[in-house]
Amino acid sequence: MADDKRIDEPTGVETTGHSWDGIEELNNPLPRWWLWSFYATIVWGIIYVILFPAWPLVTGATKGVLNYSTRANVAADIERVNLSNAELQQSLLNVDLHALDRNEALNAYAVSAGAAVFANNCSQCHGRGAAGVQAAGYPNLLDDDWLWGGQVEDIAYTVRHGIRNEDDPEARYSEMPAFGEILAEEEIDILVQHVRSLAGLDEPVVGGEQLFLDNCAACHADDGTGMRELGAPNLTDAIWLYGGTEEAVSETIHNSRFGVMPPWGERLGEVQVRAVAAYVHGLGGGEQQVAEPVTEAERDAAADVPEASFPASAEETPAEAGAPPVAPVTDDAGPVRLPPLPSD
Amino acid sequence: MSNAPLFAAQEPIFPRRVSGFFRRLKWWILGITLGIYYITPWIRWDRGPNLPDQAVLIDMANRRFYFFWIEIWPHEFYFVAGLLIMAGLGLFLFTSALGRVWCGYACPQTVWTDLFLLVERWIEGDRNARVRLWKAKWDARKWRLRLTKWMVWLLIAVATGGAWVFYFADAPTLARDLVTLQAPMVAYATIGVLTATTFVFGGFLREQVCIYMCPWPRIQGAMMDAGTLTVGYRDWRGEPRGKGSAKRAAVAEDVGEAARVRYGAGADKDVATPRLSRSGETLGDCIDCMACVNVCPMGIDIREGQQMECITCALCIDACDEVMAKIGRPRGLIDYLALDDRPPVLPGEHAAVRPMGTEAEGATTIKPAPGDPAPAPHAAAQPFTAEGSRDWSPQPVWKHIFRPRTLVYTTLWAAIGVFLLVALFIRPEIEMTVAPVRNPTFVTLSDGTIRNTYDVRLRNKHGEARVFDLAVTSTGALDVTLEGQPGTAVTVPPDATQRQRLYVTAEPGSLAATSERTDVRIWAEDRISGEQASRDTIFNGAGNQ
Ligand code: SF4
Ligand code: SF4
Repeated sequence: MADDKRIDEPTGVETTGHSWDGIEELNNPLPRWWLWSFYATIVWGIIYVILFPAWPLVTGATKGVLNYSTRANVAADIERVNLSNAELQQSLLNVDLHALDRNEALNAYAVSAGAAVFANNCSQCHGRGAAGVQAAGYPNLLDDDWLWGGQVEDIAYTVRHGIRNEDDPEARYSEMPAFGEILAEEEIDILVQHVRSLAGLDEPVVGGEQLFLDNCAACHADDGTGMRELGAPNLTDAIWLYGGTEEAVSETIHNSRFGVMPPWGERLGEVQVRAVAAYVHGLGGGEQQVAEPVTEAERDAAADVPEASFPASAEETPAEAGAPPVAPVTDDAGPVRLPPLPSD
Repeated sequence: MSNAPLFAAQEPIFPRRVSGFFRRLKWWILGITLGIYYITPWIRWDRGPNLPDQAVLIDMANRRFYFFWIEIWPHEFYFVAGLLIMAGLGLFLFTSALGRVWCGYACPQTVWTDLFLLVERWIEGDRNARVRLWKAKWDARKWRLRLTKWMVWLLIAVATGGAWVFYFADAPTLARDLVTLQAPMVAYATIGVLTATTFVFGGFLREQVCIYMCPWPRIQGAMMDAGTLTVGYRDWRGEPRGKGSAKRAAVAEDVGEAARVRYGAGADKDVATPRLSRSGETLGDCIDCMACVNVCPMGIDIREGQQMECITCALCIDACDEVMAKIGRPRGLIDYLALDDRPPVLPGEHAAVRPMGTEAEGATTIKPAPGDPAPAPHAAAQPFTAEGSRDWSPQPVWKHIFRPRTLVYTTLWAAIGVFLLVALFIRPEIEMTVAPVRNPTFVTLSDGTIRNTYDVRLRNKHGEARVFDLAVTSTGALDVTLEGQPGTAVTVPPDATQRQRLYVTAEPGSLAATSERTDVRIWAEDRISGEQASRDTIFNGAGNQ
């Protein structure tokens, strides 16, 4: 009520006349421009609602006359990145995979793209770090042991067609009989010991060699080093897909075990297949093609590839574009003077 | 009873020109700060071929901050954090010693408003001319003066916004691009926004920014105490104010000298020479000439006491000192004062050394000792003499500045500064971080070799590419190989970080291969300078499987 207005004595300021439980409010007037800026925000709000998506509706929201959409922006960004990578992708399709790692830019692109493909499609079985799961027989892709070959082309083939894929006659298909139904228990026990002795895990056993030659060597080779054409693992090395304990080996011989992998060729497309193969190959165990001399022409062709449109390895780029070419890395490491480790 | 509106129009303020010590000081500070701001981006600094040659540059795209010989990388952001903490503590320090000294002297709002006022005075004249122009009709002359003023303001505003963007890109290049319309949109947008804010804040909103927009005055209020020096009015000397006759009471010829003898140096500023008003009342030293009000850029009357609006620009001190000089009284009726500078009540003495007002107004009012007769506020003048009790003396300025509180702030501030300086000088030119890959912790190779993988980042702060040799030392025999390339040498481009995967292997059956964990140290050595960096980490073996 206006009648309640009074001058507050200590401050000399008029009250607004509002009183709540005896608490009154002084009227120190706000500047008028403040009021105008408040109106300006209302006007801005109305303009915004007209221009941009604003009101939620049942299935979406009002569009706004500018037709602005963050989704469309992302789609356009992806489109743009794809376009700018189109040349690289074409090169990746055409390149001889064996020569891929001679083309640094293309290899960097393939590895980087392959990492994303791997994380999305492969890590579910092979693990985020590509170490596989021994208990489930998902192979470790970091080591240098390969069932079907460890060159980029071999890996790409496996990814493209899958393993034990009934629908694709070209798919890799390994078959090991369940010897539990074929051999006697004592024979299997001898075989277990023999197989483990091949890798130095056990003592040689009488009769083992003969049993192995009769039943296993057809696929695993006479010396147990396996046969990649058939996906028969090398039994002499330190790597055991299902574990190298007596129980594990016995279980494998009794019931036979093999992994299944879906074909990815159609689902991912050849570019991504090649990319993920390059990535897996680069994880530390990839094998090189037995050296074939590279001709000048091949090398030139490989080098003729556009720059990748993402930062490759130098993730913090130098301050000025067009940094000078990096000094060549020589193979000789040079003498490194190293102090000894502290004794603790 | 009046019906005050809820919103009020901005009261126009026409600060008068003033001269004096503080005005000169403020011109100097204005010149120096604006000079630094406008000129700094144009200073060149040679850093070699691969790095920018601008002395001060915030390079957003490449995430670098250059300051003369210093280059700050993103991972060294603690330097910036440290500087911000120092700036914060510095403000605490200055505020607790000198009140809103930042507002009064160094705040961009104050500095640019001062500059805009200078232009305004130069084009439209001093206070009286401006008041007349304000009231005048919008005729040709008024339009001419206003438009000229706005044009000059606009030029300053554009230069201000323009200078800002030069801190973020090579100034000469950007200047050329700006003129030829080749510069990035964000540069034009930034200049546009800063031009608008400079023009509006400096030209029109002025004191409104300090009173209604800026949070700093509220915060500062909490940092001041009764010992903080701030601009104040010696009401005990000035009041009762009035335009009385210039004739002084005959009894007090040399009051100043008497005060000095009795209370010590500086006390003359606290004792008035009483005058008689026409109606015969005894008056203090304030002649109510309104000089202090007319120069105030905030439009307030400091004689009402310290107020929220006061930015302590000290111009009213200069104005009043001018007046005091003219009437032959000591300077300092308006002065840098602390609340506890107010002298206590001295019963039975001259009215000048006595607090004004009521208990509610001055919390520091010292009550008369019991038994003393209560002072009569407007008692007739009694002679002030050099004799008498000396139970009060003016505090020297340094006692207000060197207080435990300010010393603590200074110590903290200096400690952080020293820490940052030391950190700056001992930071290495090459750096390495090593992140062991833990998924999986190790890999068994077909011949039984145990392999660990490490993500190594090598940072080269030199202006040219450097080759680093990598090696590992450990109690066991370990081998090092690099991913994707033969040898153990890594080339790091200039001023960049390079990531390299490093494989460390232990032969089958070796100690490291069969132990759970082995301590290792990974080394990088700059082949040119011999600088070394190392990191300790762990090699995971297969254990006794
Ligand atoms: S300038 Fe000094 S003398 Fe003049 S009114 Fe202000 S305080 Fe009083
Ligand atoms: S009262 Fe006005 S002139 Fe005096 S210091 Fe405060 S803002 Fe400046």
